[in-house]
Amino acid sequence: MLTWANLVSQMFNGLVLGALLALISSGLTIIYGTLGVLNLAHGALFMLGGYAGWLTFDYTGSYIAAVAGGALFVLLVGIVIERGIIRFFYDRPHEDQILVTFGIGIVIVELVRLSFGSLSLSVTPPSLISGITNLGFVIYPTYRLAVVAIVAVALLALYLVLYRTRLGMIVRAGIEDAGMVDALGINVYRVFMVVFGIGAMAAGFAGIVNAPVAPITPDVGTEILVQTFVVVVIGGVGSFPGAILGGLIAGEILSLTSMINPAYSQVMLFAVMTLVLVVSPHGLLGVRGRQ
Amino acid sequence: MAQDSSGRPDRTTGVTRRSVLLGGATLAAGTALLSPVVMRNAFAQDKKAPVGNYPAGSEGDSVFVGICTPRTGTYAAQGEDEIKGYQLAFEHINNGNEMLSKMSPNLGKKKGVLGKQIAHGVADSEAKPNTAVQAQTRFINQNKAMMITGSVSSAVAVAINKLAEREKTIYLPCITGSNDTTGKDCSRYSFRSCFYAETAANAIAPVLIKNLGKNKKVAFLTPDYTYGHTVRESTQKALEQQGGWQAVTNQLSPLGTTDFSSYLLNIANSGADVVVNINFGRDAVLSIKQAKQFGILDSMKLAIPYLAPFVAEEVGADTMQGVFAGTDYWWTLEDKFELAKMFNKAFRDKYNTYPEWGAAEAYLQVAMWADAVERAGSFYPPDVIKAYEKGEKFESLTGPVHFRAEDHQLVRPVTIVQGKKPGDMKTDNDYFSIVETVDGGPLMQKPDAFGCKLGDYT
Repeated sequence: MLTWANLVSQMFNGLVLGALLALISSGLTIIYGTLGVLNLAHGALFMLGGYAGWLTFDYTGSYIAAVAGGALFVLLVGIVIERGIIRFFYDRPHEDQILVTFGIGIVIVELVRLSFGSLSLSVTPPSLISGITNLGFVIYPTYRLAVVAIVAVALLALYLVLYRTRLGMIVRAGIEDAGMVDALGINVYRVFMVVFGIGAMAAGFAGIVNAPVAPITPDVGTEILVQTFVVVVIGGVGSFPGAILGGLIAGEILSLTSMINPAYSQVMLFAVMTLVLVVSPHGLLGVRGRQ
Repeated sequence: MAQDSSGRPDRTTGVTRRSVLLGGATLAAGTALLSPVVMRNAFAQDKKAPVGNYPAGSEGDSVFVGICTPRTGTYAAQGEDEIKGYQLAFEHINNGNEMLSKMSPNLGKKKGVLGKQIAHGVADSEAKPNTAVQAQTRFINQNKAMMITGSVSSAVAVAINKLAEREKTIYLPCITGSNDTTGKDCSRYSFRSCFYAETAANAIAPVLIKNLGKNKKVAFLTPDYTYGHTVRESTQKALEQQGGWQAVTNQLSPLGTTDFSSYLLNIANSGADVVVNINFGRDAVLSIKQAKQFGILDSMKLAIPYLAPFVAEEVGADTMQGVFAGTDYWWTLEDKFELAKMFNKAFRDKYNTYPEWGAAEAYLQVAMWADAVERAGSFYPPDVIKAYEKGEKFESLTGPVHFRAEDHQLVRPVTIVQGKKPGDMKTDNDYFSIVETVDGGPLMQKPDAFGCKLGDYT
């Protein structure tokens, strides 16, 4: 079914998928870039954002409150996790960091399963952005279009924080050389807490924004975590622009491959990742020799 | 001196391969000839040669049943429902509930099976074959399980079929829709009671053709494993042959897909009149919801040959109204069947919720197993299997059923339902009206048509 209409609609679909992946991945990548911790609980935080948002939605009936509630709750959880657990692991080997974040992820998923059960829950977007839009080449759910806009705004906000504030400057300096920032008399560890919180919030925000698209379940973060890692590797580990580029590329690969043969879309994603690693071992926008 | 087949004396042992083979064969033949005589004359029934966990697993006051269902992932809701059904069945059998005596005269009067209480363990399969095989192997080896049961994914069911055959332990799959479960992957030690791809297809095809017309274009949305493949094949064949329908696309998605947008765009651009959605459990919920979001259900009719009906609860009556589907059990069957009514009541008293198909199937499987064991008069697996294979009539929740000896498939009715309009629902759980309860026998293929060859008893 290689028609123009289908090609354009799938490319468009890839953009929507890619935007979401870009947002989740940027959270993952700034945490890794700054703290040096590979956060395997990121998928669980994505899921948690969905549930926290759903609860808020259940109480208030407001989509905007749900998004705010989901994002802020995960921000808080992120800070608690960093203060309570992660900060004791900065000087430990990478394997320990991976194990502890993996464990945190399992605990979060099982706690949610215990409290909410396994049936899927969903959030209804306001009528302004629900329904269907006819784009000429395809009719497309309006909410998914809105997702692109919402994610773009969120990424812009993240960009402004990272590139236009003093905090962002410290974060970016920390990514380059945390030891030197520390030596300059800046409390890097307090910055770490904020960065982990913001990274977690990006995942939680994406989780609640995604809830009307794909109803939330305790396992929803598992699949997305794997794709997110691929995005980060393609874009360049620790690179914020890289995460956005990687996300969009991954979205297009998944979408366009499924036009020809859906069974190969995941395979193609990994094939492209391998290719990128061969050609440019630090990812597309990664920097060689970064600490 | 003994010589091997090449004529040279064997230097190490003095025994030749041929003589060993010959001796072995003679011994085996001798045992085979002797054993029935020996058994009948000299020993009581439970002195038979050990098979699987027999007799070790049936010597105590209780027998162990290993349950492995998905409690996490795509099929978690169905897995939990199955567990509830199993536990209700064990409770009824252990206490001698009178509902069982209406299903079979052999049941319900005494407590337990052959006087033994049923103990059980539960494990999470995650709907993954490897995980399920590990869990059931543990139940067989450590707990000496005399029966293992549970499934929502056919990939798990066919994997455990093979395990059951190897371990000589009876396995009762619960939900499994693939033709292969009692087809090319059938097992002497496994008995399937639910309906499946071929009967689903042959039951729903006439209803779809009658209501939607002939010569329609149909798109399939199919989970990419044995269940999805066989349901798609059977349904497509039935629709093509009986109504001249034409398949325009088949979208295969992996089990556990969360975003169906790419598949749905392909379907939206395919020009189909009808979407047949074969996804099950949460995959069904997500794909239907997203199809609605993409406006596909405004221009195409939806049909579901193999439906877990509580999908309606998550999808909403609004979307499900008018949709035709094939299913195993829906609670309003109680209007027609006394046993269904008793079952629903017992289930609701215990769990304060309605049973779905998994619970009804789990209950039926356990009851039929207890019946077969009672008729065999022993837990000796070959005798229990032969009792099953006699194909005796059993009163299920939805009318009389019996097992087919050739492929161990239950001959049972298939229920076709249609989604009610939200305004027509009498209670908040009254999602479907029963269109028809189709007699199962004529829907089935010939027993060997899907390549079933049952293995040995021992």
